[in-house]
Amino acid sequence: MAAEKMPWRTARIGAIAPVTPRVKSFRFEGLEGRHRAGQHVEVRLTAPDGYSAQRSYSIASAPGDAAGLELMIEGLEEGEVSSYFAGIAEVGDEVELRGPIGGSFVWSPEDEGPVLLIGGGSGVVPLLSMLRARFSARSETPMLLIYSVRNAAEAIAREELQIRARDEPGFDLTLLTTREGATAGRRVDRVMIETALDHVGKPRHVFVCGSNGFVGSVSDLLVDASVKPSIIRTERFGG
Amino acid sequence: MVTRGFSGRPPAAEIAERLPPGQYLTDDFPVLQLGPTPRVTEETWSFTLRDGPKPLKRWTWSEFAKLPRTRWKGDIHCVTKWSKFDTAWAGVSVDDILSDAGVTAPTAFTLFEGFDDYTTNVPFADLTGGKAIVATSYEGKPIPPDHGGPARLLVPHLYFWKSPKWVKGLRFTRKDEGGFWELRGYHMYGDPWREQRFTGD
Repeated sequence: MAAEKMPWRTARIGAIAPVTPRVKSFRFEGLEGRHRAGQHVEVRLTAPDGYSAQRSYSIASAPGDAAGLELMIEGLEEGEVSSYFAGIAEVGDEVELRGPIGGSFVWSPEDEGPVLLIGGGSGVVPLLSMLRARFSARSETPMLLIYSVRNAAEAIAREELQIRARDEPGFDLTLLTTREGATAGRRVDRVMIETALDHVGKPRHVFVCGSNGFVGSVSDLLVDASVKPSIIRTERFGG
Repeated sequence: MVTRGFSGRPPAAEIAERLPPGQYLTDDFPVLQLGPTPRVTEETWSFTLRDGPKPLKRWTWSEFAKLPRTRWKGDIHCVTKWSKFDTAWAGVSVDDILSDAGVTAPTAFTLFEGFDDYTTNVPFADLTGGKAIVATSYEGKPIPPDHGGPARLLVPHLYFWKSPKWVKGLRFTRKDEGGFWELRGYHMYGDPWREQRFTGD
């Protein structure tokens, strides 16, 4: 029996909002189906001459969010797809999407916890989907996010994260700014990992997302801190 | 469907003809893996050939190093859309591994296993005739741990998730059994030129 092909769907941009000076949020209408937090979608853009380009983006919204599927896309000069989103895309435009994709870097409230999330820069996006999924399900699973950014202005959803940490029982946030404030020059280090593990409890799941160097260094620290490699899930951008 | 306002930056013809559909060229070597890099060294590495659960032969690093070397240079294609051109690898071909073990393929299906417990299936026909090597060097040097060192499989005509890092064994299976990604929606075969990314593609 031939399995059905995962179809490309036309999705209309329903809303665009700035997230940081470099990152914009895009909400898409016209998509059915639920994703699992942590999954991504493929985006396909096609030029009038038939040339097309595809890229993958992590989903930021919670599964089933009535406001539509949300992607957060950084405007990279050299990126032919990201520069389209940064400079050309408007509300009402249509692009093609397919997904959701990915069955490893995923968390659902029924997977329970404790859960340790560690994100660097725009690597926080799939982790944000997990936090939002936790809240949608009114889950009180212990969850701690270490979020490393160069400066506070570059932190994606900073206000939302701070409000969640204040209002949602069992969720805590450690925001690390590596180029400003009291923590300038500091990186996610052994002490920070050990403090987080003490605080959230022995984790059942750990998710690490960010640049290649960030994910490599953080996952080594986790293994050094005796976290079982099999519960650590990683995702690196550029990959 | 044409995207309003999108013209893109199509690559030059000589690049475009080497890119399978939906791929773009990168000069980087992105790292993709499920979790942390496993701590495998030449001292702790070994490779086991199995028929189902039954071991046929096992090689330590130094035993493996005595097998004939095969070199390969060419293009690799990752299902996440990047392709990298002219990558140079060396290692031991699957043909030479079987020949050293003195066995012929007992079945038409195989499953490779990594030290991180990752698995992926490849039909035997896609491994034989010089089509696959267990690589132990990249660009003339030991393979960096993030890229699968000390040894990774290389089956370059399939998407790169079929070339597991930190490879520890090859197991013949009675039927075509899906590995880690194949059980999670990815294609059982994974030919980049037919854009077989996901089940049903």
